[in-house]
Amino acid sequence: MNFGMSDDRRMLSDTLRRYLADAYPFEHRTAVAYDAPFHDPEKWADLAELGVFYALFSEECGGMGGHGFDIVTVFTELGRAVCPEPVLGQLLAASLLRHAPDALEPILDGSDRYALAVGEIDAPYEYGTPKTAATHVSGASYTLSGRKTVVYGAASANRFLVTASLPNGPLGLFNVSVEDIDVIGYSMIDGGPAGEVVLDSSPGTLIVDDAGPLLETTLDLGALALCAEAFGAMEIAQDMLVDYLKTRKQFGQPIGAFQALQHRAIDLAIEIEQARSIIILAASAEGTPDFPKRAAQAKHLVGRIARQVAEEAIQMHGGIGITWEYPLSHYAKRLVMIDHQLGDSDHHLERLMAGLVEG
Amino acid sequence: MDLSYSPQEQAFQAEVRAFLAEALPSDISSRVASGAGATRDDMERWHTILNEKGWLGGTWPVEHGGQGWGPIELHIFEEESALANAPRIVPFGLKMLGPVLMQFGTAAQQAEYLPRILDGRDWWCQGYSEPGAGSDLASLKTRADRDGEHYIVNGQKTWTTLGQYANRIFCLVRTKFEGKPQEGISFLLMDLDMPGVEMRPIRLIEGGYEVNEVFFTDVRVPVGNLVGEENMGWTIAKYLLGHERTNIAGTGFSVQAYAQLKDLAQRVTRNGKPLIQNPLFAARMASVEAELEAMKITNLRMLSTAAKGGQLTHEPSMLKIKGTVIRQELNDLARRALGPAAAPFPSEDLDNLAIAPPGHGHNAAGYFNNRKISIYGGSNEIQRNILAKGMMRP
Repeated sequence: MNFGMSDDRRMLSDTLRRYLADAYPFEHRTAVAYDAPFHDPEKWADLAELGVFYALFSEECGGMGGHGFDIVTVFTELGRAVCPEPVLGQLLAASLLRHAPDALEPILDGSDRYALAVGEIDAPYEYGTPKTAATHVSGASYTLSGRKTVVYGAASANRFLVTASLPNGPLGLFNVSVEDIDVIGYSMIDGGPAGEVVLDSSPGTLIVDDAGPLLETTLDLGALALCAEAFGAMEIAQDMLVDYLKTRKQFGQPIGAFQALQHRAIDLAIEIEQARSIIILAASAEGTPDFPKRAAQAKHLVGRIARQVAEEAIQMHGGIGITWEYPLSHYAKRLVMIDHQLGDSDHHLERLMAGLVEG
Repeated sequence: MDLSYSPQEQAFQAEVRAFLAEALPSDISSRVASGAGATRDDMERWHTILNEKGWLGGTWPVEHGGQGWGPIELHIFEEESALANAPRIVPFGLKMLGPVLMQFGTAAQQAEYLPRILDGRDWWCQGYSEPGAGSDLASLKTRADRDGEHYIVNGQKTWTTLGQYANRIFCLVRTKFEGKPQEGISFLLMDLDMPGVEMRPIRLIEGGYEVNEVFFTDVRVPVGNLVGEENMGWTIAKYLLGHERTNIAGTGFSVQAYAQLKDLAQRVTRNGKPLIQNPLFAARMASVEAELEAMKITNLRMLSTAAKGGQLTHEPSMLKIKGTVIRQELNDLARRALGPAAAPFPSEDLDNLAIAPPGHGHNAAGYFNNRKISIYGGSNEIQRNILAKGMMRP
């Protein structure tokens, strides 16, 4: 048993933490996250230079990592900084395009920014049977028509991976250029780019014609990444809370002297340890047959815990906790809204329940 | 990052498993599995079997008749024992007094008492809590007044677990009345057949007997029965608490309880379908399973730190809270799964009626009895106070 971080990951973690503290101070974060393009392209280029995307790719894809714990390392740091850079799209693309060598290089160096367009109105988390339809042109060339909703990263992406139903039914995955579609970009409530993607006989290149299994594995990697991001944000929220409990005085003493608040803060600390543990378990299962179950357990637990941390940290701060200027409010928003991304706590609980009956 | 046991640890796990499969009498394991609980005879038989193997005092150093197990070996032994439905080792002599005597006792005390703990001649019980000193243990009032070569002990202890089977008791007693309450406490050994000692059973919520009150009236105790210095009892009590906190997460119990629950939920039906297909019930099962998987990792993280000689600060209290909440949730589900079949008062006659599936006749009793686990050993609120003290430290 060894729960220590490897030297390489420790170095990556330290480098990224220092860089984000320096390049993404809180004021800068709020300045860019809510105004188009809802992130900072210069900082995106810096992240590429630092090798962040290489850490998300396996060696066979030209990267230097790609394991569960590499993903956890990167996204924990992004979460600690509530960084709005759309790195998740890059991770998902790395997984989906693992057999398309030509596409990989521009992802690794950050020159292509990918967004995964899967969700549709009325089918937010069920990706298997999209209404978006593909019509065959020739070879791997198709045209796609339909609408993808709340596509994370859309407002700043130049390439899209789009799911669509193939003429004879199966799920196809297509690579589409921003120039061939309409993107209505917007910011998320917790900052960062998103958008609606409208395809109208838009040309797309087929990547996989039975995309279900690859998509599932990829979305589980995404779920793991989001759990790690939430964990990083929770650590900061808890630090802010403990600091506030020690310094804020009412009735002549620090409010942290009150047992009613102490016990609630401790309950959060315990839940955060549970989150840390289930993320470790899921990361260690990456690449094994256990991974779908572990990823679902992680997203289920972390979704619930993240909301609890957000709500309780706000409540114990009082009014200051719901002001735009106080950083906690932005961490709290991210913590709550992560549960809306790639399947919420209930969605993953249903997956686990189905597994109970089967198992 | 590596979550697996080392090859040596895996070999030890296999050895423990094989030993349990061969040496644990099936009548004992079936009583434990059913929730009826091990009898006095079961516990004594199992202690004897373990002692013959040399595993009863597994964590004791070799010179005292143990194996010198570290935290991970102890965890493997306890988890496998729970999965095999072995009775818990009665902790008072082996996990509490034994380590205390090794650390604070005289050579004479060690020579006299340690062998008798291992071979079962002595069954120790614990005299800590009092009617007026529960969570606030340091306010205890049972007094020991020096009279020549004796202490005269007067007062009352309570919640003395399995005291009805014990022949000796270790007690915290007050030997100084001024100054900080913690600085006037001593650690004293007594024989329960000394004149002036009276043990009275306390019946618990589900109808069983496992705890007692102990009354002391002018009991004359030789001063040689003092462990450590006079008034250093609080230090000893805190040392003992550290040993009591191994297995604090109770992961083995929860893993076993979850397996039994899953089996039960596949056998009982609601609306013509197995209960496990009921979405409300399945949701709670899947959720507590995820919590349990996370806690197992938290527990291994703690063990890994302890095995490397690291200082444990907040982990045991966190595990006590989370571990008991999970076990109580599993108890609740096991009770609810039975529906009305959980209602009859357990008895051997009822077992023959097969109202509940075999092995589940005590599910409600287990639920009620296990309300204790979030109360004893420092209630979950006391654990939160301990954690908060660390959190609020400047």
